[in-house]
Amino acid sequence: MAVKTYIAAITEALDLALERDENVLVFGEDVGENGGVFRATEGLNAKYGKDRVFNTPLAESAIGGMAIGLATEDFRPVMEIQFFGFIFEVMDSIAAQMARNRFRFSSTKQFPIVVRSPYGGGTHTPEMHADNLEGLMAQTPGLRVVMPSNPADAKGLLLASIESNDPVIFLENLKLYRSIKAEVPEGYYTTPLDKAAVAREGSDITVVTYGGMVGNCLKAAENLEKEGISVEVIDLRTVSPIDVETIGKSVEKTGRVVVAQEAQRQAGIASNIMAEISERFILSLKAPIGRVSAPDSVYPFSMAENDWLPQVDDVVAKVKEIVEYD
Amino acid sequence: MVKGLEILDFKKQLEAQDTEFPTLEVLNNDGKLVDQALFDDAGISDEDLVNIMQRMIKQYVLNERSTKLAKQGRLGFVAPTRGQEASQSATSYAFNDDDFLMPGYRDIPQMIHKGFPIYKAFLWSRGHQIGNEMGDVKTWFPQIIIGAQFVQAAGIALGMKMRGKKSVAYTYTGDGGSSQGDTYEGMNTAGAYKANAVFFIQNNGFAISTPRNLQSAAPHLASKGWGAGIPSIVVDGMDALACYIAAKKAREWAVSGNGPVLIETLCDRLEPHSMSGDDPLRYRTKEDIEEWYKKDPLIRMRIFLEAKGLWSSDIEEKYIAEINSEIDDAVKQADNVPKQKVSDFIKNTLENPGYIMEEQIKKFEGEGK
Ligand SMILES: Cc1ncc(C[n+]2csc(CCOP(=O)(O)OP(=O)(O)O)c2C)c(N)n1
Repeated sequence: MAVKTYIAAITEALDLALERDENVLVFGEDVGENGGVFRATEGLNAKYGKDRVFNTPLAESAIGGMAIGLATEDFRPVMEIQFFGFIFEVMDSIAAQMARNRFRFSSTKQFPIVVRSPYGGGTHTPEMHADNLEGLMAQTPGLRVVMPSNPADAKGLLLASIESNDPVIFLENLKLYRSIKAEVPEGYYTTPLDKAAVAREGSDITVVTYGGMVGNCLKAAENLEKEGISVEVIDLRTVSPIDVETIGKSVEKTGRVVVAQEAQRQAGIASNIMAEISERFILSLKAPIGRVSAPDSVYPFSMAENDWLPQVDDVVAKVKEIVEYD
Repeated sequence: MVKGLEILDFKKQLEAQDTEFPTLEVLNNDGKLVDQALFDDAGISDEDLVNIMQRMIKQYVLNERSTKLAKQGRLGFVAPTRGQEASQSATSYAFNDDDFLMPGYRDIPQMIHKGFPIYKAFLWSRGHQIGNEMGDVKTWFPQIIIGAQFVQAAGIALGMKMRGKKSVAYTYTGDGGSSQGDTYEGMNTAGAYKANAVFFIQNNGFAISTPRNLQSAAPHLASKGWGAGIPSIVVDGMDALACYIAAKKAREWAVSGNGPVLIETLCDRLEPHSMSGDDPLRYRTKEDIEEWYKKDPLIRMRIFLEAKGLWSSDIEEKYIAEINSEIDDAVKQADNVPKQKVSDFIKNTLENPGYIMEEQIKKFEGEGK
């Protein structure tokens, strides 16, 4: 196994998908010769040609609509939205069109589209670049929302997303792109969609989290272990639909839960997870469910991001509060 | 040829598109007037000529300093403006204080000319909310969502018309921005209401790495205005006089109740897309950039003004020193602004925050954040 960054794992997955299936097309703003503004598509245009990896005009609505049209012609479009804050420009194509199309056509047609986009904060981007809008997507039936937290998952989940016959919103954490490196299995493999991972086993409390927050929660778990608190960390990987089985097993084991997300309290996925746990596993709970999130303001411009975004210490404090609850 | 066959001659129509939009030029690369009649007709005073030059130099110096400060990590987002001095500073000179500017992220110079303080522009770049406080200056913050400023400008322009104001809304986007649905919708809607708007497409050849020819098969982006039924022209965007005169005529047309105008300025963004890691040599050649430097709007204007006895290297040096010291002060002022507070972010999100947000405000205030 080779050690790779999160972004290199993504590039590798795209490369393998393009190689394996000639119907896979990769397109978006600047993804061609320049290899994307983050270089996620570096080298792919040179390798597969401009008919398969190409720049589009600066028009997100057209990118999304084109993906739907290309899927109708039996291609497997992997479209890129340069930053997730620009998703609003293509919401009609995503939420009102591709998400509904299986239902509309009574499952007689497939829309195997992947919408790749970087999301998440803490990298001092300008306004509207960093944002945690996964909740908007997750509230839309007909979409699968995948948010890998590490390089091996990024590769396996992206390949699974490209294989999926339903539209997948594949969200890549901006901060993770180059800040983490880990072992990534060689060759083509898929990581199943809709399956959460137990990122760390523990017995006192379950922390359910996803995407960029997983790293913070693992760090918090390490710190808490030194204080004698054993934390189990569940990495959702797919945030819609949610793997309630894996969550349930853990909750039944520990009886205590904290849900942690980077998004604002009223955004993101946490409220949905809390609702599912309350409905299904309330009798296993020994304490109220704790929540860690950003506050309910508009996403602030870069400078104060780190005061605003939930940090490792916030997870530590919330876990202690729930563990100490009698 | 009979009429029907002519209508169905698609090839002919495509060829015609190219000839419909000749480029407006007044001052050539050597600083000589190529259109004396237009220059005379415009009635530009010597004072105006000097003011236009000063604005362009201010933009030039601001760009030099901003890109340097960005390299030192003392600014956040910076989009260079070198090469666009005529397209930005000379066009904006045609507008009044009461006219409303809707800038894109690269249009900081126009905001500064309008009276937006430089230290606030620096704060905007750093992501400080004070950089979005416009006071009485009729401008918005630099828009990140490309195309949004076009639809909003249409609304301001309609509002001005409904209020009977003798002013216009003017807005800028790029060649990339011309591909956005909102850009067309803004022009179309303003056109439908004959609203007081002037639209600019600054065609600087690239949208990040994507060349102009990949944005649209239209030979002239100005032709997009025709689809909206509004007068649309192409201007040499490296020619300060052509830029100024076109903008002035467009303003006069719009403010008189005739509806909007679209101006495509042909220019070059000589430097990277932004200071956040773009390398233009990945997608264009050095030779191409050098060719564009031959059209430098500052040099053309300098030669022209020197010949008229209105400008000299002494005047220029003195003026540059003045701007540099203004920028030094702005840096200090920006550095002295207190850090932002999380509690303020929440307070600024809704007028009446409600229980849960109030709780969050108290929590962060308690932590001194
Ligand atoms: C709706 C939207 N999509 C994408 C972006 C990302 N982006 C920022 S600038 C840019 C290129 C803009 O090119 P152009 O309009 O030609 O203006 P220029 O930067 O050349 O001045 C892109 C794709 C954005 N800011 N907004």
